[in-house]
Amino acid sequence: MGFLSFRSKPREAEVTSALVRLPSGSCTVDPSGKVVASTLPRAFPGVLVAEITPAVLTTFQAAREAQMPLTEIVADYSALKLTARELRGGAIIFLAPRSLGQR
Amino acid sequence: MSGQHKILLLDDDQDLLELYREMLGRLPSRPLIYVATSGARAISLLESEPFALLISDLNMPRMDGLQVLTIVRRKFPHLRTAVMTSVVDPQFRARAYAMGVDLFLEKPNTSQEVNFFMDCIESLLGREVDGGFRGVQSKSLVDIIQLECLSQSSSLLKITNGPVVGKIWFQNGEVIDAETQDLKAEEAFRKILSWRTGAFEILPPEPVRTRTIFTSYQGLLLETAQALDEAQAAPEMAGELPPPEEGGGPPAQAESPLARLAKFNGVEFVIKVPPDTLQFECWGAENPDRIASWVRQSAQRFRTLGDHLQAGQLNQLEGTGPQWSLALASREGTELCVGFSRSMSQELVRETMSKVVAQWVS
Repeated sequence: MGFLSFRSKPREAEVTSALVRLPSGSCTVDPSGKVVASTLPRAFPGVLVAEITPAVLTTFQAAREAQMPLTEIVADYSALKLTARELRGGAIIFLAPRSLGQR
Repeated sequence: MSGQHKILLLDDDQDLLELYREMLGRLPSRPLIYVATSGARAISLLESEPFALLISDLNMPRMDGLQVLTIVRRKFPHLRTAVMTSVVDPQFRARAYAMGVDLFLEKPNTSQEVNFFMDCIESLLGREVDGGFRGVQSKSLVDIIQLECLSQSSSLLKITNGPVVGKIWFQNGEVIDAETQDLKAEEAFRKILSWRTGAFEILPPEPVRTRTIFTSYQGLLLETAQALDEAQAAPEMAGELPPPEEGGGPPAQAESPLARLAKFNGVEFVIKVPPDTLQFECWGAENPDRIASWVRQSAQRFRTLGDHLQAGQLNQLEGTGPQWSLALASREGTELCVGFSRSMSQELVRETMSKVVAQWVS
């Protein structure tokens, strides 16, 4: 099966960057959604951070408008835990990937 | 030819596809192998005809394997899926399983690994032939149990009902044990049978399992059916003939399902928001319109975010504020939002929410 080894392994190594690892870390955003501090890996695309921050800020904002202000939101996904704490209109967002078997 | 399984192989490397096509074509079940070099083409093929199995690579340009699986899980929830990759990162394995893939395999490199790979794929196709319960929506749990017993099976039937798991052990066609949550034996069996929906999985029998149920399966099913009939009839009877109130007050109204959920300690309000409508049900909330709107939008927002992040299913959304703690769970598109007393700890909120959800789904 040397042929398979030759065919598969090097090719995968070359294109591993196509897949994005779920990051572990945090970022702080101001009320406008601008990231002011981040410990997220550089490899994690900014475009995804730009999807996370408005989702979090909008949810806090909508909760205030619904007269039930929230100080923390936890989104529990099968493969990721997202925790966001409200910071004077902005937020600090923690991302923690889950491993297999972890609840 | 119509009895043959169809396998769709997805990889961006045409040479590898040809190699795997040849290998898989030699499986004992002689499946028909289709190939696709891009996610878009694979999805088009899946839309055009039924397949038994999709085997996908992870590393692909434009649409990667996780993106394909996210779409496939939504559009073809009953399709069996396997990932075959050289990415050995455990995070991708966890994410793939979180998306509901049946197998996560490394690309084989040695003859031993090839044999193992072929066995796994054949076994996966065999599960399809042998039945299994995945996607058998029209069969009740009673049907499934009768099938196991009539076929003299020795197996473990695992039933997942929302966050709750129930297990029923069979030995040579007899029900020998059951358990769910804190319940065991016949009590657990009756509880499991009260569930109306769920996912089934047949697992290999445990070699050593102490028998705790000695009633025949026919007896068990009969007793359980009677108990369920009586339980259903009781509220109807109460509705027809409400008990007289002391002091001659108005008759008590039948308790709503949401009121029953609100009986758990610490629950302040409950809102149920069905999909595709502005209607909702509410118990105990002060401004239900706004909360229902927030629930609908927030759940959708975080579900979309989860899809884009390829983070798997959104199991629960929680919020903590100065007034309440909130928890949102979803089932078949309907959102359930429960408000808890602020004095409750986060652990207690989670524990209570899982009980509320268990009651809701059963």
